[in-house]
Amino acid sequence: MKVGLFVTCLVDLMRPRIGFAAIKLLEAAGCEVVVPMSQTCCGQPAYNSGDRRAARLLAEKVISEFEGCDYVVAPSGSCAGMIRTHYPDLFAEDPAWRERAAALGARTHELSDFLTTVARLDQVPGDFTGTVTYHDACSGLRELGVKAQPRALLAKMPGVRLAEMEGAEECCGFGGAFAVKFGDISARLAEKKCDNVRASGADAVVLGDLGCMLSIEGKLRRMGDERTRVLHIAEVLAGVAEGKG
Amino acid sequence: MQVRSMHFKARAGAAAVDRVLQGKLATAKGLFVDGRRRAVAEIDLEATRETSKAIRNRAVENLDLWLERFEQEATRRGGQVLWARDGAEICRLVTEIARRHGVKKAIKSKSMLSEEAGLNAALEAAGVQPVETDLGEYILQINDNEPPSHIIAPVIHKTKEEVADLFARVHKKPRKTEIGEMTREAREMLRTHFLSADMGISGGNFLVAETGSVALVTNEGNGRMVTTLPRVHVVITGVEKVIPTLEDLATLMRILPRSATGQSISNYFSVLTGVKRPEDTDGPEHLYFILVDNGRVDLLGSDFQGMLRCIRCAACMNHCPVYQTIGGHAYGWVYPGPMGSVLTPLFIGIENAIDLPHAATMCNQCGVVCPVKIPLPDLMRKLREQQVERGLRPWGERAALRLWSWLARHPGLYSLAAKFGVRYLNWLAEGGDRIRVMGIAPSWTAGRDFPAPEGRTFREIYAERQGK
Repeated sequence: MKVGLFVTCLVDLMRPRIGFAAIKLLEAAGCEVVVPMSQTCCGQPAYNSGDRRAARLLAEKVISEFEGCDYVVAPSGSCAGMIRTHYPDLFAEDPAWRERAAALGARTHELSDFLTTVARLDQVPGDFTGTVTYHDACSGLRELGVKAQPRALLAKMPGVRLAEMEGAEECCGFGGAFAVKFGDISARLAEKKCDNVRASGADAVVLGDLGCMLSIEGKLRRMGDERTRVLHIAEVLAGVAEGKG
Repeated sequence: MQVRSMHFKARAGAAAVDRVLQGKLATAKGLFVDGRRRAVAEIDLEATRETSKAIRNRAVENLDLWLERFEQEATRRGGQVLWARDGAEICRLVTEIARRHGVKKAIKSKSMLSEEAGLNAALEAAGVQPVETDLGEYILQINDNEPPSHIIAPVIHKTKEEVADLFARVHKKPRKTEIGEMTREAREMLRTHFLSADMGISGGNFLVAETGSVALVTNEGNGRMVTTLPRVHVVITGVEKVIPTLEDLATLMRILPRSATGQSISNYFSVLTGVKRPEDTDGPEHLYFILVDNGRVDLLGSDFQGMLRCIRCAACMNHCPVYQTIGGHAYGWVYPGPMGSVLTPLFIGIENAIDLPHAATMCNQCGVVCPVKIPLPDLMRKLREQQVERGLRPWGERAALRLWSWLARHPGLYSLAAKFGVRYLNWLAEGGDRIRVMGIAPSWTAGRDFPAPEGRTFREIYAERQGK
């Protein structure tokens, strides 16, 4: 099974180890992983800014780069959701491209979803000891139905205890450009999320999207919380949850 | 209503740090969100949403036919159907009706169309005293005509204590703090108005085409007094509120109160048909329906036609994290929250509400709770697209987006830019794990840190490992 890893622009820039953790997990699940080096971004920033043309050009690029793969996997519900649920809309007036977009979309998965529903990863390679709480990122949850999958994977790890927080499904306030356009509202939403994370008593908040990670980690640290770790699900599962963060 | 949507950013910013306001909104959120969750568990939610969507689509797709049918049936039962193109026409029609029937006082139950039109001011100018009888709207009216901040809970932004002060000041009675007592006092104040009014003005939750009826969903009972006591009843509602049959009404009533207030059924549910007949003991002698366009007809056949399905339950704002943080006033017009972020620009012009479609994290909480499945985030995105097409976005944003999307299409240059970008961010972090002040995005670091990048980009490390 040939899986194309869509690294995502934020993992590339901010947390490369999450990309490598994803490769480790996919390989552990028996996949052949390819990483097209010309990939950049899924185009969501343009799409959500209303620049349909730019979004479409990037979508064409992603489709061309990944069409040869059996599956596309991204360590992000947001980017996977963009490809899976929004690409077809970008080509509403172009049946040929629309078909290609829909075909690729149907084979595109968020990492934890792919590991549970497609690759059926049995043994989680990493180990982690501690109490974690899981933040459900909006796109993964409401566009792709990612909810039980990461929890099922965490449940395979004997050292992990899951302590659900209040409002796990509530937005962390990131919202892409929203976080900068309306920084004050965004930071307030992040604060509510962080209050819930802290009230859960968890050692770490685990999540599946870099945007949420930046928002939540940034707010926790600003609130003076140096203790609660903010980890991507791939880091926990692959056992690379060390270093900064 | 005066439009202040262009000041969204400043007003939302002020509200975002208003902990007192957020405390009130949190109470309401508990009430509405938890209430809805319990109430929708009683029905097959997804099937009912799908059917409700289909009913509303059927009505909207043949709006002209259903409106004609409504007009015939309502007229046959003694009503008179009038058409208003905009708010000014609503005001003109209502004041004309008032003059024709010698009306000095009009009692009102809640009508958002009346807010769109600024009807109270027009009535006062015409020598008619308007009295709001919905408790929330009454509180706002006696507080110097303050605008509502929610479409079904207009005073959600006020505490009991604020209302107690207001009542004591305006009613000139000893200050009461117990809700039951306060409500009783308001009821006493309103009673004389109910009995002395010549005209009742109401909105309408639905218009039933097959019977020419208006359906009203209320919780206080004031709607019944407004629509049955005075000799003249004027219904003001949007043209899109028509539905084909009573059967459709029954289905929609399964989902409207549940979505709105978490009630299986509202305290009062009235289906009003025709004028008072000789054998009736009450009811209006004169019944007028003012059916309003005010921007709605233009949405037919557009990308935004789906918005006409809206049944004004307010579930979208009750569940919206942004609304929960800033409340309704910041949105600057009649309709707040996600539905307002779509409707306001469409009704008052996208150039007059430039921030509203951007005031969303696209979390789609609104979309998943909408009882008629309106894809609100998609519609907000379409409004963003129209802003781009019309060149309404700020110059800096356009330039940044253009540069970024050009780079993203040129992988070699992109990876070089990423490499430098990461090093720049690490320089800002001064070797630490966070950036405290970021010149390129000061609004981010005003409220939280920005985590520093790990060190090198994924592609740098990956290329190196592949090379080995």
